[in-house]
Amino acid sequence: MAKSNEIKHREPLFHVVKRDDMPQWQAWLIRCATILIGFLLVGILSMAITEESFGDTYQIIFSGVFGRLFEGRTTMLWKYLQEIAILLCLALALTPAFKMKFWNCGAEGQALMGGLASIFCMINFGEKLSYPALIITIIVTSIIAGAVWGVIPAVFKALFNTNETLFTLMMNYIATQIIAYYVYIEGGGSNVINPVAYGNFPAVGNNDYFVNIVTVAAITVFMYIYLKYSKQGYEISVVGESQNTARYVGINVKKVIIRTMLISGALCGVTGMLLVAGKDHSINTNLVGGQGFTAILMSWLGQFNPFIMVVMTAIVVFLRIGVAKVADTSHLNSSFSEIIVGIVILMLVGCEFFIHYSIKFRHSKKEVKA
Amino acid sequence: MTKQPAIELKNITKTFGKVVANKNVNLTAYRGEILSILGENGSGKTTLMNMISGIYFPDEGQIFIDEKEAHITSPKDAFSYKIGMIHQHFKLVDVFTAAENIVLGIENGKYNLKESMNEIKSISSQYGFELNPEKKIYTMSVSEKQTVEIIKVLYRGADILILDEPTAVLTPQETEKLFDILRRMRDDGKCIIIITHKLHEVLSLSDRVSVLRKGEYVGTVNTAETNEAELTEMMVGKKVDLNIHRDEPKNTRDRLVVNSITCVDRTGATVLDNVSFAAKSGEILGIAGIAGSGQRELLESIAGLQRLEYGDIFYFDPKTGKKESLRDKTPVQIRNMGVRLSFVPEDRLGMGLVGNMDIVDNMMLRSYTKGKSFFLKRKKPKDLAMKIINDLEVVTPSASTPVRRLSGGNVQKVLVGREIAASPTVLMVAYPVRGLDINSSYMIYNLLNEQKEKGVAIIFVGEDLDVLIELCDRIMVIGSGKITGVVDARTTTKDQIGLLMTKSDNDGKENGNG
Repeated sequence: MAKSNEIKHREPLFHVVKRDDMPQWQAWLIRCATILIGFLLVGILSMAITEESFGDTYQIIFSGVFGRLFEGRTTMLWKYLQEIAILLCLALALTPAFKMKFWNCGAEGQALMGGLASIFCMINFGEKLSYPALIITIIVTSIIAGAVWGVIPAVFKALFNTNETLFTLMMNYIATQIIAYYVYIEGGGSNVINPVAYGNFPAVGNNDYFVNIVTVAAITVFMYIYLKYSKQGYEISVVGESQNTARYVGINVKKVIIRTMLISGALCGVTGMLLVAGKDHSINTNLVGGQGFTAILMSWLGQFNPFIMVVMTAIVVFLRIGVAKVADTSHLNSSFSEIIVGIVILMLVGCEFFIHYSIKFRHSKKEVKA
Repeated sequence: MTKQPAIELKNITKTFGKVVANKNVNLTAYRGEILSILGENGSGKTTLMNMISGIYFPDEGQIFIDEKEAHITSPKDAFSYKIGMIHQHFKLVDVFTAAENIVLGIENGKYNLKESMNEIKSISSQYGFELNPEKKIYTMSVSEKQTVEIIKVLYRGADILILDEPTAVLTPQETEKLFDILRRMRDDGKCIIIITHKLHEVLSLSDRVSVLRKGEYVGTVNTAETNEAELTEMMVGKKVDLNIHRDEPKNTRDRLVVNSITCVDRTGATVLDNVSFAAKSGEILGIAGIAGSGQRELLESIAGLQRLEYGDIFYFDPKTGKKESLRDKTPVQIRNMGVRLSFVPEDRLGMGLVGNMDIVDNMMLRSYTKGKSFFLKRKKPKDLAMKIINDLEVVTPSASTPVRRLSGGNVQKVLVGREIAASPTVLMVAYPVRGLDINSSYMIYNLLNEQKEKGVAIIFVGEDLDVLIELCDRIMVIGSGKITGVVDARTTTKDQIGLLMTKSDNDGKENGNG
């Protein structure tokens, strides 16, 4: 008994308490505050490295995104929207799979395959088919290519319960190598495919990206309705929340997994098509440029709500372009922008902790006499 | 002899978000006594004990051990204060032997299994445990596993023992054995705290009873000076009639006939072995048995969720009298055949409902496929949700609150409400009142009685034998996947059912012991 009396214990300095009751507006206040702090940090970090003033830094960031006043403004804005569209489209593609708790980490590869289908059609059928027929062929083949790339891991998951995270990741590497090989063959050893003149999406007005932006806007609305108001969307939620419940009510879980990954892969394929036919008119292994992974975060930060995802991608793309301009102006490495965006995303993920938990510091004791 | 306080709690408060789990609780437990902590589910019993055993830390208040203030920040600290807790869910390594589990994680001293074995044997003989220390955990029955847990904390020198609902998984006979052991420990000067919500156990075992209600300390009484009615009133806060209403069954006719079905699980072990019985309309058929004896598989077989190896299940349509086989049918096929089979599974939020969806969306689970439209129709489910909230007095901020935010009783009302709204002809319920407060439990009993009155065939899987005996018409006992007997609930006794529950176990090991 003496032993237990020797133990000296102090109450810990703080402990973490779970909370389940924070009202929505308060949660959003925390998120907005985090974004503000993130922006401040961006300015401060840039200042420290580039030795520009805070105001100048932000002037560079804004000019990087929107262009200087009266000068090239519209084109810059459209470029910004186009970048948002691509990242958003990938995030939207991932969302149904994530809602089903199928961790599709293969957006990169699925989009690459979609892009490959587009460039293949543009090169091989460009001269043979009429413009409308070519466009339709491009659309159909890229959707199929993305869907196939997405559905392979889904079939294995449904039949053999393989781990989809690893499977989809591995499929990325295969896709990258296929593209590398194709570029090598088609580029005649130069490892570059020159922009193809056929099968490009039309410019509307003076704007090359109009088709891309409108397409993704439509997909955003479609995905919102699909997830919230359709029977299939409901099934996705049930399967994601509890496969046992799904079994209990008679949902065919395998069918839902395969169907949902067809949709997810198809939309990634569409993104690849938008990148090839709507923007680059060429292809290389860096076509998607890691955005397939950023999109995972966008889908999560948007809480699987397409409209919140619009806001999140807008912020992230804003920083990416703006800080890249800062790096450019100060002759810094392009990694600078990626580091900064990474920090802000990390902050956004981290702030969720304060929404779900509160921290209680060592309390003043209520004195009780023994 | 003056009583020596072993542990004292002063003004303990613990909150989880807005939920106050414990509020200003004061409690004293003495050496050489058995103290019962009595309270309904959700009254904060387990939270309170978790603070003593170092799992949670109190927001306010102090804990005194042997009249000195103690800060227990981890289970390790609790052990150094000689506090041992036996949890409801056992924490043992399946592939290790009993002895290996017992010595696991002890830091000082060398790993000497032989020496430990001797010590385990001496503890066993001192208190009357029956345990083979070399037996592997996965071959053990629930009560043997519990024995390992108790010896584990004694081996570590605990002299304050906390047991969280230790009898929930035991047969009446095993319960008696456990109580004898606990009494011996008490006489040895240990302080025993037992968490329970079963009144008759409190009265037969403990010296004093402390009652909690909605996280607040109500009072402590000496067991000798109290009775069931007074304790219930302390627990619930008002007088409650504890009799369960039961009518004679009318117009009973075979509704569901299960014909020697056999099922195996994924590992190839037989979980249902040649099970045959009939469920009759207008009657409540109780199913008793030790947890995990095949009850779940039995209900899931009928619901079309479990593949049958042998046997068949027949449904007799109440209108046409037609006999239809349910074998190898999926839940959807069964529904499309016009069989109105409702099923309240044991795992409410993991199977019967979706915790993150609101009440309206949960109402749709069974019916959303109706119609050819691509889109969902939320009008009818919404009306149904409102009706259930009103009729069954579901306490919820609104129909669009995720059901996981509701209390256990309200979750169950939502689930049972939905299943009954489908106007079933067969209603299967698994542990429908587990975790419910007394008022909600009685509401569920009444709903089942109403369905019985309407001529529904009800299958009730339960764990509380007192309830089964009072509510059901017939009770079927299942042991290790076999039916070991069917008794008339009006004439049977708890001991008879208890013996049937373990019958097949003995058959297997000792080649017919009765």
